[in-house]
Amino acid sequence: MFFSFAARNLRRHWARSALSIIGIVIGVVAIASMGVMGNSMNLLVANIITDVGDTVVVTPHTAIGGTFAGDPRTVVDAAIPAREVEEIRRAANPHRAIPVLQGADEVEFGRGESGYAQIIGLAPDDIPILLTIAEGQHLRQNQAGALVGAHLAREYGIAPGSRIAIGGEDVRVAGVLAERGMGFDINPDYAIVVPDGWYESHFGTEDSYPLVIVRVGDVDEIDTVKEAIESRINRREEVVDVSDSREMLGQYEEIYDQITIFLLGIGGIALVIAAVNILNVMYISVTERIREIGVMRGIGALRREILRMFLYEAAILGVIGSVIGGLLSTAFGYLISVVFIEVATAGTTFGENLMLFDQSAIGFIVFGMAFGIGTSIAAGFYPAWKASQLTPVDAMRQK
Amino acid sequence: MAVISFENVTKVYPLPAGDVVALDGVDIAIEEGEFVLIMGPSGSGKSTLLNIMGSLDVPTSGEVTIAEKRIGGMDDDDLTLLRRDHIGFIFQQFNLIPLLSIVENVEYPLILKGRQNGTRERAEEVLRAVGIEKTHFTHKPGELSGGQQQRVAIARALVNDPDFLLCDEPTGNLDSKTGTAIMTLLERMNREEGKTVVMVTHDPRMTEYADRTIRLVDGKVA
Repeated sequence: MFFSFAARNLRRHWARSALSIIGIVIGVVAIASMGVMGNSMNLLVANIITDVGDTVVVTPHTAIGGTFAGDPRTVVDAAIPAREVEEIRRAANPHRAIPVLQGADEVEFGRGESGYAQIIGLAPDDIPILLTIAEGQHLRQNQAGALVGAHLAREYGIAPGSRIAIGGEDVRVAGVLAERGMGFDINPDYAIVVPDGWYESHFGTEDSYPLVIVRVGDVDEIDTVKEAIESRINRREEVVDVSDSREMLGQYEEIYDQITIFLLGIGGIALVIAAVNILNVMYISVTERIREIGVMRGIGALRREILRMFLYEAAILGVIGSVIGGLLSTAFGYLISVVFIEVATAGTTFGENLMLFDQSAIGFIVFGMAFGIGTSIAAGFYPAWKASQLTPVDAMRQK
Repeated sequence: MAVISFENVTKVYPLPAGDVVALDGVDIAIEEGEFVLIMGPSGSGKSTLLNIMGSLDVPTSGEVTIAEKRIGGMDDDDLTLLRRDHIGFIFQQFNLIPLLSIVENVEYPLILKGRQNGTRERAEEVLRAVGIEKTHFTHKPGELSGGQQQRVAIARALVNDPDFLLCDEPTGNLDSKTGTAIMTLLERMNREEGKTVVMVTHDPRMTEYADRTIRLVDGKVA
């Protein structure tokens, strides 16, 4: 009966009810879409970033350097001398320390195409530990040759056996690397990997390395390895920065969590505006019906029954608005994730078979809907409570 | 046995300009089956008396017994249940609920009482008894004349088979012909059904329907 009262009253003032519902729809869509957007960013990053959970990265210490490799503030010239690399090897023992040479040069890909590409120099023994071959063979000791990153190979049609020229020097492509994604250590998808000996003779480096990667078999030993390197190398002064990918991933996650919270906050503001609208509508509804409430109370409706009747009104507005908002959010959320994948993975294969609209996105929509219903009921509570507190005599006296 | 009993009842409204004594030491007993008029000039305390009889208000002092229940110390829920189960109200303004159809208005007190089955049949039976045609059952109150609305209000007051009817100027908004018809209906309820009727009115012509009249002057029984 009271539910029917509530529904009828909303129908009686259908325009007012519709406007309230639109407010809730906007709020729910905002909160759910913002959540889905933040979630899509998180999932995309998680998908692109290679799982390097067992890696410790040693970089030259820079006073203004950031906390992760690839931080644009890092001084690019800084390098770790070979003797320090040896110290790192000893400190990391029995885990494998892999010094990495990195530079860039003009590369001719054949068919008259050329451009600058990143060149990574690695000891041929170390390459299979870090990288996987998709086609062709790994490099062998004392043999010239190059491995080409997956995206570079696809873009320029390079296959094992192709010939490319690095800085004018002719090199045969031994293999194409499997797509690896964005790593905290190296990013070979758009790079060319060459043997360290070839790299040194080509670039004439001074026996120093911009990066040393330590592969730790057991993630539980990461802290021990980090401490061993720190205490051995940074004993007197900060020579190197030692970080691990969990830490960096954690920092990324923290940033994206903050973005998600920020986006949810924007959605929340929209919902608060909707809540104020409901409060207003419910208040008007109570004020208009004071006499009716008085009659109901007079002929035997209890306070809690009046309270329930008005709460039903708020809940009906909330449920209808939230369900419509939830359906729209599902559509928007799906669209957002599709657009996200398209924009963020343009030119790569990361977007293939990737679905950012997963359970957690549904979770945000459910959260948005629950928040919408909860906010509506909360906004309706005060007017409902006020209505229930009216005495029949005073209420019936109202004109 | 008195259905309504007032013993030395006083009602004082504290106002910023000073206390207003609406009822001053009122002693009343209304017996079962009586038709009693309450008359008096404006401000004499008629409405206050009716409100307390209807457990819509409580006295400042004195003892009020309604349907064998003392209302002193009752909380809001108890007073509400007393109204619901023992009292039928008929107002000058009809006070039907505009959201509900005619039959639903009459059904409403039955539902409030928690009755699950037969509410519609009972409402229709009472509506027929007060002279409302079946074709009007599904209409909204605003679609009926004043006289018809008051008949519906009487049906609503009767539907729970209350111990007594409290009527506040029930013909005040009706023309004399319709008013007479309503009074005849109330008289029939009293004479044939044995319903106790207490009515507040200004109209001296109503005395012909009543067993007795209580006159109030300045909050006291004259």
